Amino acid sequence: MIEVKNIVKSFDDRTVLHDVSATFYTGKTNLIIGQSGSGKTVLMKSLVGLIRPEKGEILFDGRDLLKMSADETKELRKEIGMLFQGSALFDSETVLGNVMFPLVMFTKMSQAEMRDRAMFCIERVNLKGAENKYPAEISGGMQKRVAIARAIALNPKYLFCDEPNSGLDPKTSILIDELLSDITHEYNITTIINTHDMNSVLGIGENIIFINKGFREWVGDMSRIYSTGNEALNDFVFATRLFKEVKEYVKANETKQHP
Amino acid sequence: MIITNSIETFGRYCLFIKRIFSLPDKWKVFGKRTVSEIIKLGLDSIPLVLVISIFIGAVIAIQMQLNIASPLIPAYSVGLATREIILLEFSNSILCLILAGKVGSNIASEIGTMRVTEQIDALEIMGVNSANFLVLPKIIAFVGFMPVLAILCIGTSLIGGYLVALLTDLITVSKYVYGLQALFNEWYVWYGLIKSLVFAFIIATVSSFFGYYVKGGALEVGKASTNGVVSSSILILLFDVILTKLLLQ
Repeated sequence: MIEVKNIVKSFDDRTVLHDVSATFYTGKTNLIIGQSGSGKTVLMKSLVGLIRPEKGEILFDGRDLLKMSADETKELRKEIGMLFQGSALFDSETVLGNVMFPLVMFTKMSQAEMRDRAMFCIERVNLKGAENKYPAEISGGMQKRVAIARAIALNPKYLFCDEPNSGLDPKTSILIDELLSDITHEYNITTIINTHDMNSVLGIGENIIFINKGFREWVGDMSRIYSTGNEALNDFVFATRLFKEVKEYVKANETKQHP
Repeated sequence: MIITNSIETFGRYCLFIKRIFSLPDKWKVFGKRTVSEIIKLGLDSIPLVLVISIFIGAVIAIQMQLNIASPLIPAYSVGLATREIILLEFSNSILCLILAGKVGSNIASEIGTMRVTEQIDALEIMGVNSANFLVLPKIIAFVGFMPVLAILCIGTSLIGGYLVALLTDLITVSKYVYGLQALFNEWYVWYGLIKSLVFAFIIATVSSFFGYYVKGGALEVGKASTNGVVSSSILILLFDVILTKLLLQ
């Protein structure tokens, strides 16, 4: 479990995060949602230590990231996997090389053991047969899956995903969402997904934190999102006509079932 | 403003160097990366060094002959002057200015692209010291291989001059070879090698610095590459003056 308590972050006298608190649960897909520029990327980068907030606490199962020494942070990062928006695969390595990389750097496994573990992760993301290809030779969706395989290679306790569906078609996006959700439940990982994809919000949002203009505006799960009275959240999630109609349909059905 | 910026940049450069010079996370990986950098930065530079050296060696020999041809100056002076120019300046300063273009832009653009595609962030998140992991093998490889390039440059340039003696009637081969051996000061070789090591360090670290701190996209990577080459070149010229004063007086 990761607890964020009252964090504040400013850039050049402009406050981006105002006293934000949130809890991210183990074994659940935790979503941070919000418009572009709302501060959700700053929140995620603060969580992984790429940005340092001025105030607050970030507790990884009770261990405060902001009070850790450099060595302690380095150790904690071995428990973290991260999926970047652009996949961030190493161009000079094959798919297998990318997935094996964390194992080579941080384990004392033999070459055969590392290969077996990497192949297991590659098969888990349904990429068997692509292990000898280079990142430039595979599609965007496949690159995301390689990045997921690399992120889970070390059995992380915490998995961070920065806009995992950006640049992907809706069908591939759903595959990635399902994969992340399955992995989270299968390995009991604290997964945090930064997204503005409404399919993800309504499909896998077990714990949703809505950030609006740097404030934590709303917390809940996907079932509560249809009935929320929060205007900012409604404007954001049900921005299109299609989603508005879906919401009305779901609410009408709920009324029929529970008059 | 410019002074403040320069001091700030120098401070960031020093902190960057401090991060680079720490113990590698995994020696085996470090060794493999160093070998691959020796191939990329060192061995792949050999053809360029050979081509430039042979032509410039020939040009130096021809110009020496044309400029110092006088009944008062012995004919072997052409070989002697060619050797001294090559040992003192061409095989280190000029060679490194040329390599700053090839190797410096390669390093800055490679690391810069890794930064903008979040590959460096990915390393940091994994708990890898990215500066040490990416840059130290480049420094060790390039600084370690630089004497090889400098010695190859010296040998090939002298052969360039030899070919002028052999294929033209400007100077006889025997006079040229006698000139190469006359009044030889061994320290000049060491002086040249010391300079080339310092310049190689400047090229590798300055280009890496500009690449590592890129912010933005492709345009900024291009700018970082240019800044890396320009700054390395200026620093090479500055340290050329300082080292010449220190080592030759």
